[in-house]
Amino acid sequence: MKGNFIDNLPKVYGIYTGGFIGFIIIMAIAEQMGMTAKAIGIAFVAFTVFIYALIGWLSRTAQADAYYVAGRQVPTVFNGMATAADWMSGASFVAMAGGIYFKGYGYMALLVGWTGGYVLVASLLAPYLRKFGCYTVPDFIGTRYGGNLARFSAVVVLTVASFTYVTAQINATGTIASVALDIPFQYAVYVGLVSILLCSMLGGMRGVTWTQVAQYIVLIIAYLLPVFWISNKMGAGFFPHFMLADEVARIGELEQQFGFVKNAAADLKSVPKGLAGITKAHSAVNATPWAFISLALAMMMGTASLPHVMMRYFTTPSVKAARKSVGWSLFFIFLLYSSAPMLATLSKLSLIDPNLPTGIIGKTFAEVEAIDWYQNWNQANLMFISDFNGNGTLELNEFFMGGKAVVLATPEIAGLPYVISGLVAAGGMAAAMSTADGLILAIANAISHDVYYKIIDPKAETAKRLLVARVLLVVIGFAGATIAAMEIQGILGSVIWAFDFAMSGLFFPLVLGVWWKRANRQGAIAGMLGGLAAGAWYLVWVRTGGSGFLGITQLTFGIFGSAVSLVLMVVVSLMTAEPDKATQKMVDDVRVPSGKSILGRSH
Amino acid sequence: MSNQQKHWEKTRGLLFITLAIWFVFSIGIFLFGAEMNEVTGPFGYPWTYWFTCQGSLGAFVILIFWFANRQEKIDEEFGFSEREDE
Repeated sequence: MKGNFIDNLPKVYGIYTGGFIGFIIIMAIAEQMGMTAKAIGIAFVAFTVFIYALIGWLSRTAQADAYYVAGRQVPTVFNGMATAADWMSGASFVAMAGGIYFKGYGYMALLVGWTGGYVLVASLLAPYLRKFGCYTVPDFIGTRYGGNLARFSAVVVLTVASFTYVTAQINATGTIASVALDIPFQYAVYVGLVSILLCSMLGGMRGVTWTQVAQYIVLIIAYLLPVFWISNKMGAGFFPHFMLADEVARIGELEQQFGFVKNAAADLKSVPKGLAGITKAHSAVNATPWAFISLALAMMMGTASLPHVMMRYFTTPSVKAARKSVGWSLFFIFLLYSSAPMLATLSKLSLIDPNLPTGIIGKTFAEVEAIDWYQNWNQANLMFISDFNGNGTLELNEFFMGGKAVVLATPEIAGLPYVISGLVAAGGMAAAMSTADGLILAIANAISHDVYYKIIDPKAETAKRLLVARVLLVVIGFAGATIAAMEIQGILGSVIWAFDFAMSGLFFPLVLGVWWKRANRQGAIAGMLGGLAAGAWYLVWVRTGGSGFLGITQLTFGIFGSAVSLVLMVVVSLMTAEPDKATQKMVDDVRVPSGKSILGRSH
Repeated sequence: MSNQQKHWEKTRGLLFITLAIWFVFSIGIFLFGAEMNEVTGPFGYPWTYWFTCQGSLGAFVILIFWFANRQEKIDEEFGFSEREDE
């Protein structure tokens, strides 16, 4: 191909997308010719991971700015795709539709929160941090406020938040690898880890960028294709997003007809752990305004504080491109997020409507137990029925399902060929891997650049710096995998905690660093450490039986943490001397797009 | 007032407008979630339900692009937009 790689991007990824669709078609033909479901699953995961590893190897580099910020030449739209993959984790892909299926409106605060946060990213932070020219988020804090303690505090907050997040992602890659490759979870976690490291180790941010674009293409095809297919097969509508109003209304009718019968505690004990029944209305407002708004607000402020997202905007060629790129990121995220409620609607209706051939409510237990897909998913511990009232027919309150089943099992329930299930496994793997890569890189870069190079050994040569960065990448990856293998918490819970930790410690120090000239070092340090400590204390307090206040729960503790952070930062800043002239000049320079960046191209 | 101060004043004005619109779609409408859900909205979905699955999300996408264009205009007006060679 003529010209350089960047100019050829549309062509390269066009060919890649065509190749992937070709692979899906070949698998579909192979399935018709008798290839087993297990072999298809292995082929999908192995093929896609091999491609990512190849991209990772082709992107290898020995230059600091390529390793840390992909040489700052990632075009707007492609950076949008990479950010979308970076952002949408295994939780978004596998667990989100399930959450909506079970909890309805109250859960959908996450949809609003995880998209609305990008408005804050675009307007408050991303363009200014891009102008700053930093490699990492602590790089901005350390230079704006000055001093090693401020820099180190930012690294601490970043590590706590990102590490909480990354164990959940490695857990998700392990879950998918163990199902698709049919190996025990304890080993699958390390298979997942090796795949993740293959993408990032040689090329750093450059490798991660180009694999994330490839992963976005796989995950969005894997999510949208089944949704459209199922909708058409059920006769629900050619374009589900605009045509499911009748289905939503029908679910409401059925909920009225069946009623939400509360199960006795003794009966619920027999239900396997992790499975739930439908106990909340699908489209009705089932949460108080504050419960909804506080969760959305926590997720929005968390979005604007998570370093693995922010550092994606350091890779664009200009400030202008960084701003536009946030818009593209959200557009690509919107494609998946707006489809999750549609999938939840289709999945729920196909299971509970007695008028549909797939509906199981109202059937006898013998009938349901004879269905192939019920047997499969019951064996996989994701579906369960039990005749609590002893009348022989299945009632709404006697049917239990795991959250993951909505994405994983619906294609099979709707009667789609197995090739779609293989595709969904590859999509989930892509989603979890891309996020894990972004997070591990964020932590390793912060420690190698900000702690090792800026604090411990400022004279280190580039080769030595990048060696340290790569060793840290492996160490952090293994630490994450080891904790993931212990399976301490669920995927979604730890993801939400990560947002709360990030907003507790970083939101106000970052925002005020640009928008309030008077903010100084002492204030920022107090804000970061005080906010993080307050948030962590609140979480522990509520977890150990504390009552909490103002309706702030263990999922929204960041609201308390960030409030403490804001108060401390303002009070301490005002009590101490204002920043020197050089720092004030630096803030003025950050506020205009033109002129040189604050930090040099290579620093 | 210097050129730079004027530029920052306008930038801050745009920020407040952007955050006000953001507030309406992320927080404002959900204060009245229960009442609004009684009314049928776009494509036949209940209003609040539609906002949570499409409306607010789409509004954020449009808002960011609108903001980016406005900010570019402000930068150009005061001569602070980036040159290609930087």
